Amino acid sequence: MTEAAIDCDLHPTVPGVATLLPFMDEYWRHTLVERGIEALESASYPPNAPSTCRADWRGPKGGAPSSVAELRAQVLDRWGTAIGILNPLFPVQLPFSRDMSAALARAVNDWVRAEWLDRDDRLRASILLPNGVEEAVAEIERLAPDRRFVQGLVLCMGEIPLGRREWWPVHAALEKHGLPLGIHAGSAWRHPPTSVGWPSWYVEEYAANALGFQASLASLVTEGVFQKHPGLKVVLIESGVSWLPGFLWRLSKSWKGVRFEVPWVDRPPAEIVRDHVRLTIRPFDAPEDGETVARMLDHLRSDEMLLWATDWPHAHFEGDATLPAGLPTGLLPKIMVDNPRATYARLREGGSA
Amino acid sequence: MNLVRPIAAPARPAAASLGLVDCDIHPRVRDLSEFRPFLSEAAWHRLITYGIHARHGFAKGYPFPKAAPLACRRDAWPPSGGPPASDLPFLREQLLDRYGIDVGVLNPLQPSGQGDVNDGLSAALARAVNEWQLAHWVDHEPRLRASIVVPYEDGPASAAEIRRWAGDRRFCQVLLMSRTAEPLGRQRYWPIWEAAAEAGLPVGIHAFGYSGHAMTNGGWPSFYIEEVQEHATSAQAQVTSMVVEGVFERFPALRVIMIECGFAWMPTLAWRLDATWKRLKDEVPHLRRAPSEYMREHVFVSTQPIEEPERPQHLLDTMEWIGWERILFASDYPHWDFDDPRLAIPSFIPEEKRAAIYGGNARRLFGF
Repeated sequence: MTEAAIDCDLHPTVPGVATLLPFMDEYWRHTLVERGIEALESASYPPNAPSTCRADWRGPKGGAPSSVAELRAQVLDRWGTAIGILNPLFPVQLPFSRDMSAALARAVNDWVRAEWLDRDDRLRASILLPNGVEEAVAEIERLAPDRRFVQGLVLCMGEIPLGRREWWPVHAALEKHGLPLGIHAGSAWRHPPTSVGWPSWYVEEYAANALGFQASLASLVTEGVFQKHPGLKVVLIESGVSWLPGFLWRLSKSWKGVRFEVPWVDRPPAEIVRDHVRLTIRPFDAPEDGETVARMLDHLRSDEMLLWATDWPHAHFEGDATLPAGLPTGLLPKIMVDNPRATYARLREGGSA
Repeated sequence: MNLVRPIAAPARPAAASLGLVDCDIHPRVRDLSEFRPFLSEAAWHRLITYGIHARHGFAKGYPFPKAAPLACRRDAWPPSGGPPASDLPFLREQLLDRYGIDVGVLNPLQPSGQGDVNDGLSAALARAVNEWQLAHWVDHEPRLRASIVVPYEDGPASAAEIRRWAGDRRFCQVLLMSRTAEPLGRQRYWPIWEAAAEAGLPVGIHAFGYSGHAMTNGGWPSFYIEEVQEHATSAQAQVTSMVVEGVFERFPALRVIMIECGFAWMPTLAWRLDATWKRLKDEVPHLRRAPSEYMREHVFVSTQPIEEPERPQHLLDTMEWIGWERILFASDYPHWDFDDPRLAIPSFIPEEKRAAIYGGNARRLFGF
């Protein structure tokens, strides 16, 4: 294990809605109790699916780990992690009420702060963003002074593509505070998991996350977000890695043909993406032989884009195989230390409340 | 196949030593009246009174306006009038004779009624388009082959249309659009796969169409450049669905061609599906092999618009991972992003592999 390794994707599981009640104001506490809102769970991660939680990380009743003690034992202490970034996936994106989405996001973020960040100083967290743009900006402003929050977090499948102008106040707020936009696998379920409708199997749904990332990235690039916000970094989390080069070849070629439509995109999309976009390495989605992996990595044409992540407690590997097979060892210091530090400005500050 | 061309072809690529097969040519009616002889009075009435209604709201105009009028080359408008690729003599001159194309596959796009909200009109128009391809094109030009256009949202009607033409060598494939109302592996589409496999015909799945859903799984994009980019995501969703639903397990003779969808996503989709399947095998016990194996056996791709990596080796890697025998040349005539056969297949690709892409692979797949 490389010293000072930074794990860029850890998931603190909210045990249930009741856990969040102490972190809500009187109105929302009352609302959740009186209306019987006792459970909120996204179809994006069926709790019993083998991929949602590694078998040896499940608790006695089969649930996902949900405490700092488990995170220490299963990840931080076991692998000597220097810094771990928490990405809460509690589905604040599901409710159609913007107010409810915002109340839940505030509660989750405050719960993360109290139950995780305050209990282990190796931990940092994403600000889980609610659906409404104004509410998302307000949440960024509320939490940005706490330097342990290192990025804003949204899902790859929302209501409208992430580059659309409606989103720009969020991008502006993140850029202002030196926070990357973290885009995680998952859906707000405003649309089917594919552009051709509803598939039958979870295998398909999970695989379709990559399509959401591709659409999100195309939107961010073509709408001109990176010209408008040159300081903004975007991190694709649990996105898969290997799809990126072919995606860029296609987008850069289309741009050559029809760039009159998006004249603000003033250089090839592949260059823009290499400058602004980073990806976590779980899942990796490549064969396990070193020769193929080396060729695929060469297609990225950058050794600065990949960030180490275990995606705890999601199941991508067995035992202590925290790195995808075939990764050249020479690349590990960059993936595990240098690239995360370059991506997350606040990791270079020391970081405390 | 007759490799002696009727007249000299000034622009035929030298590497096309196994023949030159263009898998993507888009013929178009001069106007709707060309379909009238092949439509019932009722279908004709509906067509001219209420019109074609795809699953979007633009009765005229496109949801994402194209890069050029009708998305066509400026020089492809025939001197005789009418839209591009509506005039056989001009198409012969500008495409078949000029490039020395031995076989050209017709893929009629619009108007064809595919994906119409009205299944009856879609079926009537599909029949008419098929009759029209023969009467206006194939019966006058032996280098051309037709595609069986099917009303794909209606599985049984599509199967009936395929069976109507099965065995007629003027047709070389079944044609679908890539954006269907549901993923193509779902059971409503199985009659199409069954009939195509039974007829021994590949199924071409051409980019475009309108599913009725947002064009991305995260909502509607703003631009044509995004619509074009999203052909690759729709194609990935379709291949995923066909593999994971077990279509290729059930119809082992079936072969599909992803046309104008790009292809660099193919190897990485196969890797992603394999990785996901390894963790979730319990959900899909009907799959007896890794997803990549089904793809490698059943899925073909066409070249235009061929990806252009910054380094040639990366294209070679990608083609090798897909399989050199699974890549078919296509020009996309008469569209604005037409690929000139001489330039489209880069010369850094070894010559025997270029020959396979230009013609050898298609001849084997279609049995030309």
